[in-house]
Amino acid sequence: MTRILLSSVAAAAVLVSAQGAVAQTEIQFWHAMGGNLGEAVSAQAEGFNKSQSEYKVTPVYKGSYTETLTAAIAAFRAKQAPHIVQVFEVGTANMMAAKGAVYPVYQLMADAKEPFDPKAYIGPVYGYYSTTDGKLLSMPFNSSTPVLYWNKELLSKAGLDPNKPPTTWPELGEMAKKAIAAGAKCGFTPQWQTWTMIENYGAWHNLPYATKDNGFGGTDIELKFNDAPRVKFIQMLADWGKDKTFVYGGREGKSTTLFNAGDCAFHVASSGSAAGIEKALGADKVGIAMMPYSPDVIAKPQNSIIGGATLWVLQGKPAAEYKGVAKFMSYLSSTPVQAKWHQETGYVPITTAAAEATEKEGFYKKFPGRDVAVKELTLNPPTANSKGLRIGNFVQIRDVVDEELESVWSGKKDAKAALDEAVKRGNELLKRFEAQNK
Amino acid sequence: MVENRPWVTFLSHFVLIIGLIVIAFPVWMTFVASTHDQETMLRSPVPIWPGPYLLENYWTVLTEGYRNRPGTVPLYITLTNSMIMALGVAIGKIFISIIAAFAIVYFRFPFRMAFFWAIFVTLMLPVEVRIVPTYGVVAGLGMLDSYSGLIVPLIASATATFLFRQFFLSVPDELTEAARVDGASPMRFFWDILLPMSRTSIAALFVIQFIYGWNQYLWPLLITTKESFYTVVMAVSRQANVVDSVPSWNLLMAMAMLAMLPPVLVVVFMQRQFVRGLVEVEK
Amino acid sequence: MEKRVTFNERLLPYLLVAPQIVITLVFFFWPSGQAIWQSMLTEDAFGGNTKFVWFDNFAHLFGDPNYYASARLTLVFSALVASIGLAVSLLLAVMADRVIRGASVYKMILVWPYAVAPAVVGVLFGFLFNPSVGVIAWMLAAIGIEFNYVINGNQALILVLFAAVWNQISYNFLFFLAGLQSIPKSLIEAAAIDGAGPGKRFWDIAFPLLSPTGFFLLVINIIYAFFGTFGIIGSLTQGGPGQATNILIWKVYNDGFRGQDLGGSSAQSVILMIVVIGLTFVQFRFIERRVHY
Repeated sequence: MTRILLSSVAAAAVLVSAQGAVAQTEIQFWHAMGGNLGEAVSAQAEGFNKSQSEYKVTPVYKGSYTETLTAAIAAFRAKQAPHIVQVFEVGTANMMAAKGAVYPVYQLMADAKEPFDPKAYIGPVYGYYSTTDGKLLSMPFNSSTPVLYWNKELLSKAGLDPNKPPTTWPELGEMAKKAIAAGAKCGFTPQWQTWTMIENYGAWHNLPYATKDNGFGGTDIELKFNDAPRVKFIQMLADWGKDKTFVYGGREGKSTTLFNAGDCAFHVASSGSAAGIEKALGADKVGIAMMPYSPDVIAKPQNSIIGGATLWVLQGKPAAEYKGVAKFMSYLSSTPVQAKWHQETGYVPITTAAAEATEKEGFYKKFPGRDVAVKELTLNPPTANSKGLRIGNFVQIRDVVDEELESVWSGKKDAKAALDEAVKRGNELLKRFEAQNK
Repeated sequence: MVENRPWVTFLSHFVLIIGLIVIAFPVWMTFVASTHDQETMLRSPVPIWPGPYLLENYWTVLTEGYRNRPGTVPLYITLTNSMIMALGVAIGKIFISIIAAFAIVYFRFPFRMAFFWAIFVTLMLPVEVRIVPTYGVVAGLGMLDSYSGLIVPLIASATATFLFRQFFLSVPDELTEAARVDGASPMRFFWDILLPMSRTSIAALFVIQFIYGWNQYLWPLLITTKESFYTVVMAVSRQANVVDSVPSWNLLMAMAMLAMLPPVLVVVFMQRQFVRGLVEVEK
Repeated sequence: MEKRVTFNERLLPYLLVAPQIVITLVFFFWPSGQAIWQSMLTEDAFGGNTKFVWFDNFAHLFGDPNYYASARLTLVFSALVASIGLAVSLLLAVMADRVIRGASVYKMILVWPYAVAPAVVGVLFGFLFNPSVGVIAWMLAAIGIEFNYVINGNQALILVLFAAVWNQISYNFLFFLAGLQSIPKSLIEAAAIDGAGPGKRFWDIAFPLLSPTGFFLLVINIIYAFFGTFGIIGSLTQGGPGQATNILIWKVYNDGFRGQDLGGSSAQSVILMIVVIGLTFVQFRFIERRVHY
């Protein structure tokens, strides 16, 4: 009962304060973060609202990424758009092509005379969303990168050292086979296979995904991911599938349920899944390490690329309101806010300062492995192959790659035929995108 | 029953019980899931008998929503909104349809058939296939984040008009004749004779349209940005597919139970009138 | 079919149809017209960079094997939803019409699924068949069937089909039951006196009398399978895995918003509208003819 009483008092207080603040400019922020992530977003907005009195950011959870984008598109066309909308990274090229709709962040910051230092941001995070000459288009928000999780119990059962993860793919294969021999149901399963096994495998081994610097140099590009190393790698996974050393657990994040249920020894998955995985298996039973690499392709891994979503600013609002948006962007990038976001959610911080602050607080000592993501991203200065991807109609292309990979896992095609076909079909989608956006 | 054949009766019960199990099992499991805590529901196999958290879970979703997370509102708010929306859609549809059907059946006037066809082609065409332009219209009329925005676009469908037309056509002409001889005005005839006769049709349509309104998902999702206008179905389904996290099945299923309860009550309690209404329309 | 006796008023009928016509024009004709216009444009999702391309979007669609695959899938899916749904509910209705004891309990439970929103149905079935915590998936595993709709396309389709039929069964059941109960008892009794058994009575008397209801339900079920299952797919499979459950209505939504190709998506909408209007027209002709007889 007291809880209700308190909450109604709180509600009344909110009403009163809302009435008292009629002069505030409201900034609409539509996002796709449900669950505890949504709570973290609300906390950010609340923090910003408390830090000043001119603007009030209203975060609105709009459902899945697709639902959020749908709502924003419909709203923009009806001139009812929010100021800020969260869009998944694969939508980047299409958002860029929508020139009349988006307000690039670098320009927003310049117009609002808000101080903005590109060097403060972590390279691959910033690079993924900027132009070739380093101008930031959308604000990185929830970024993650694939890392290796392993189940310590299953390793112990197999007579392996539970605290020593594999560093290369052949090692992982051997260990996974031992785990299977000791009774595990599944050796290894990847999450978001197109992102982890094709896109990130490429960056990690410094292989191009597409021509013209992975699409950063223009829209007239062709896909390149059917190279020999990746054909060999995918074929190896397919062969592993025969004895459950490799198990396919579905598209996107679906396979994590297998790992969470304690079935799999290894899982390559988003660093953003850390909190959920630790909750399901128990923090002391999971290890987090860098992704394995193939020593016959590269001597030392390059760096990983990110995934996740960014905040795009939409056009069509009065300049005064954009000042508030710019201030909110600065607030989001500030060190304490980023450090908190990083620690609570498992997403990577977008600035180096936030990573350092987290280190200093001793957070990584308490939660070992949470620094792996940043380490992977900053392992080496990004090359043209590992800066990021700028691919038109990327959503559809990923669907194509998913489909073709599934045909490999089910044994319908070999890796070479499937990847060649994926590249061919993907190139057609790229041509259509290019024709539409000339 | 015409005659008594024990094996047929037995067979009937047997088939019905199988049907019953298939139909009821998902609902039963939903209920069971809503009475446990989250940890139990993440472990396989999940229990098939109810646990001790019934009151706690339902209390939580009703007063706080889904773990009190943003984007979810206490369920009593979304339930109220769904109720308003479903009633609005049902009553609005019945109202505009019955008078339109009355006009089309009982009057001869220029463009009558044009009107009829204009209404008729909208029969059953869902809002999903024209969602962007419809959103544009609603936004242009300033109806985003409002009950009228939730309700009015959805009453633009012809099912009810069509069923009333069918029913009116089956009403004997003698009644109209008698009314005209008595010098009753058309509206008098409508109120005193036609409307009371349509009671069961109205009841049947009320059930259909109430459920149609209650079960909407994509439309409320798009046009509401204020939590005070969220509906319950949208609240349930958007929590089922959350990026980068595992759902709390227990609370989700408690929400699902509450979301299906009102329409189920409507169907169960109005079943008799519903069936009778259908029989009359079908005649 | 027309009334012989009508009223003579000039203004009144217009006033009476006005609300419905206005709402239909504003929320149906105007947006549909815009959808048709949009189907001949290519533009970015936010409405910029617009080019008028005549029927290019349609041409692209008809050259796309994925579209045919989706259309084929939709046809198969609708046929299965309608036939299984109708057969099962007819069986249940006939049985429920026979029994006396427990009849109200049966009816009360059998109508329940109708009241459950498709989006919620998707959530429920996703829970029951969840590969790691789902009870039914677990039971199936116990008898040696590895059920994982997340990976296996055929299983995903079966699951969506099962959920759709489950959702639609009560509606059919109610209509069939109403139809059965409206058959004059004297007819059945006369046949029984002539020595016709229950099976023969059903096929000779009840079935023909039910066929109009059956036809009506057939159209309703097809429409339901075409559009009503959107919520189930949205909360269960999102069209996947692969294209396994990517039926046309989901493709319209997915291509338009996830793929940000509104022109192509509108072209698909226009085709769907034509199909639905065709279906309604067929149904209307059928009903009109029946009323004549």
